[in-house]
Amino acid sequence: MTHAQLSPRNIPDRLEGRGARLMKSWEALLIVVATVIFLGNSFASPYFLDPWNLSDATFNFTEKAMIAFAMALVIISGEIDLSVASIIALASTAMGYAVQFGFDTPALVAIGLGVGLVCGAVNGLLITGLGLPSIVVTIGTMSLFRGLSFIVLGDQAFTGYPESFAWFGQGYVWWVFSFEFALFVLLAVAYGVLLHKTNFGRAVYAIGNNQTAALFSGVRVGRVKFMLFLLTGLMAGLASICLTSRLGSTRPSIALGWELEVVTMVVLGGVNILGGSGTIPGVVLAALIMGMVTFGFGLLNVPGIVMSIFIGLLLISVIALPILWQRARRRLAH
Amino acid sequence: MLHDTKTVTTTPAVVLEGISKSFPGVRALSDVSLALYPGSVTALIGENGAGKSTLVKILTGIYQPDSGVIRVADTETTFPTALAAARAGVTAIHQETVLFDELSVAENIFLGHAPRNRFGLIDWKKLNADAEALLHRAGADFDPTIRLRDLGIAKKHLVAIARALSVDARVVIMDEPTAALSHKEIHELYALIERLKADGKAILFISHKFDEIFRIADRYTVFRDGTMVGEGLIAEVSQDDLVRMMVGRAVDSVYPKKDVKIGEPVLMVSGYRHPTEFEDINFELRRGEILGFYGLVGAGRSEFMQSLIGITRPSAGAIKLDGNVLVIRNPAEAIRAGIVYVPEERGRQGAIIGMPIFQNVTLPSLSHTSRSGFLKLANEFALAREYTSRLDLRAASLDQDVGTLSGGNQQKVVIAKWLATKPKVIILDEPTKGIDIGSKAAVHAFMSELAAQGLSVIMVSSEIPEIMGMSDRVIVMREGRIAGRFERSELTAEKLVRAAAGIETQLNGRAA
Repeated sequence: MTHAQLSPRNIPDRLEGRGARLMKSWEALLIVVATVIFLGNSFASPYFLDPWNLSDATFNFTEKAMIAFAMALVIISGEIDLSVASIIALASTAMGYAVQFGFDTPALVAIGLGVGLVCGAVNGLLITGLGLPSIVVTIGTMSLFRGLSFIVLGDQAFTGYPESFAWFGQGYVWWVFSFEFALFVLLAVAYGVLLHKTNFGRAVYAIGNNQTAALFSGVRVGRVKFMLFLLTGLMAGLASICLTSRLGSTRPSIALGWELEVVTMVVLGGVNILGGSGTIPGVVLAALIMGMVTFGFGLLNVPGIVMSIFIGLLLISVIALPILWQRARRRLAH
Repeated sequence: MLHDTKTVTTTPAVVLEGISKSFPGVRALSDVSLALYPGSVTALIGENGAGKSTLVKILTGIYQPDSGVIRVADTETTFPTALAAARAGVTAIHQETVLFDELSVAENIFLGHAPRNRFGLIDWKKLNADAEALLHRAGADFDPTIRLRDLGIAKKHLVAIARALSVDARVVIMDEPTAALSHKEIHELYALIERLKADGKAILFISHKFDEIFRIADRYTVFRDGTMVGEGLIAEVSQDDLVRMMVGRAVDSVYPKKDVKIGEPVLMVSGYRHPTEFEDINFELRRGEILGFYGLVGAGRSEFMQSLIGITRPSAGAIKLDGNVLVIRNPAEAIRAGIVYVPEERGRQGAIIGMPIFQNVTLPSLSHTSRSGFLKLANEFALAREYTSRLDLRAASLDQDVGTLSGGNQQKVVIAKWLATKPKVIILDEPTKGIDIGSKAAVHAFMSELAAQGLSVIMVSSEIPEIMGMSDRVIVMREGRIAGRFERSELTAEKLVRAAAGIETQLNGRAA
């Protein structure tokens, strides 16, 4: 009923320019929040602004962000993948196992990525092939994948990774810029292009907004969703390589609870938990914010359990805030 | 005639006076008045977006008017909540009935006011007995203990009506109650409305169908662009008058059928069958032809059409397009081959609410507007502009969420989406269901134009005037089978109804 009665012959493409849209966006709000936290951290600790400290801070989010990019697409399509942290554990276990047989770095990388892809394919097949709800399937595989790591490792740890393997988690590309941070930037651009500039990305939005209509419109819904779960699996494999390389060891509890931090990052980035909307720039900003908050807490010697409480509160508030914001706006409009 | 003029002199059950309501950017209602009389049916008529739903929401306490007065039985009152409106005896039966699928019929009827026993718990025996009595008054005879979701829409309406009776409603609002009903069910509803009238209920009846308005309404009120443009007795008005009031001008013709030279066969369907939905479907479709598919709701027409585009898989059957055998496994392949389907359920299967108009239009055509998988927005806007302007879409911008458009305009976006794929065959499933008469005429004109340009059209419709007005040939389906084929020259409404209902023509000796 809100349509304006304009002459049909000259419907403009857009009413608002890019600038006006950016001003009203969630991303604009995130930029403000990121700036405030950045300034807060700078005042709170004299060590924060040191380039090497800042570089260290990026490790708080780079591995999670890699997964968050793929997770953003999954959530926009109306699904979720809660098994990602367990895929990290299983991929890391597989790499650690291979080390015992003398496999070298290239083989370890292939194994890490391969395990990620296989796990993603298992999720994808169960969800698109059998039509099961992704939340149920991935809660199941979350237990399954980590359970396999526990069976292999028990309370042991794999160590003895080759020296060249350490570069993924500890190497620097140039000056203070680590390999992980470079990978983060590269993946941010790649996923930004994939989601916002390709037919595939458009299909993801269409599925998330109305799966049935997307199917009727010729979108290969099953195929797209399968690809998305392959992608989160692959990203979890990649994150596993980086994390294992950085830690230099594999325990079955590796990356425990990361799935919630990844989902929090995605939702904080403005992705609707019910699917249909969200952007990669938003997720990038959310990653920076969460990284800086974690680092700030570290500088202030806040214990880890407080951090976990903070993540929980953050998750609830970022889901509640947009809804309350909508309601307030509606009330003002009336 | 059903018109009962003597009831007009009694006091109105509810009166709205000088009601205005604005939303950001829109004045939905300005200074409208409406009186509903006991024992009388008032039809509320208007195009989509004329303000009918806003008025219903004010009357049921969902919206608050900005100004104006509501009077119930001559006392001024307000409906601050939906509960307040219900307590005052106003109840609404919606197009999609708002009931609870998982509860029993009796629980639905008495939700919120169930009879209690002396311990303050629900008195189930009395609940079910009372429910049965109310259902009986509503003309229904099913078991009140069954779960609501096991009932069809028609029976759900009866439950809603029984609920209205249980709260002793004085005013019953029916918002397009026949939209999803079959022929027989509609007639049962008419009978029920007669009983409600006899009970002294005031009924507000909202409908786009003129035949039923003239069949059951006593009075009419016409809205246009949020204002009241006419009211009076149905007996003193003609259909043309009403249309003129609604659209503010005379609509030349709702069925602008063009004379098109019918060409060679384009689509040949043979031996199509499905284990449960349809069997033995054979027909051919020619260039420039509009082939109507008529039948009752549930005759298997939509299911068959969806199997043509690969949504459901037929168990047997073959399609030839331009003489070549086609195998279609999914809608993407159907689109590539040039067969498109505009689905019946616009909100669920057609429009992607939440996405902009232009993205809705280009979704099935992305492979043409993009380059090696990368979006080309300029091409998308160009394509969307071309097809939305051909359909006379009214929108503020192409970047607007399709969900903010009125029903008729959403339908134009959905049709534009399918035409933009440049199909050879277009299947339109109930293309004008629930849209206003202005948009309806536009859709029909466009359909004619398409046929004239050499497109082949299949039109599934349950509206006889539409089938008779637009089709070159008609296939009638009943219970999943073809029950009749008619050329345009031999079409009569009676033949269609008989074929659809399975009444043998030869038994009808007296007509000859």
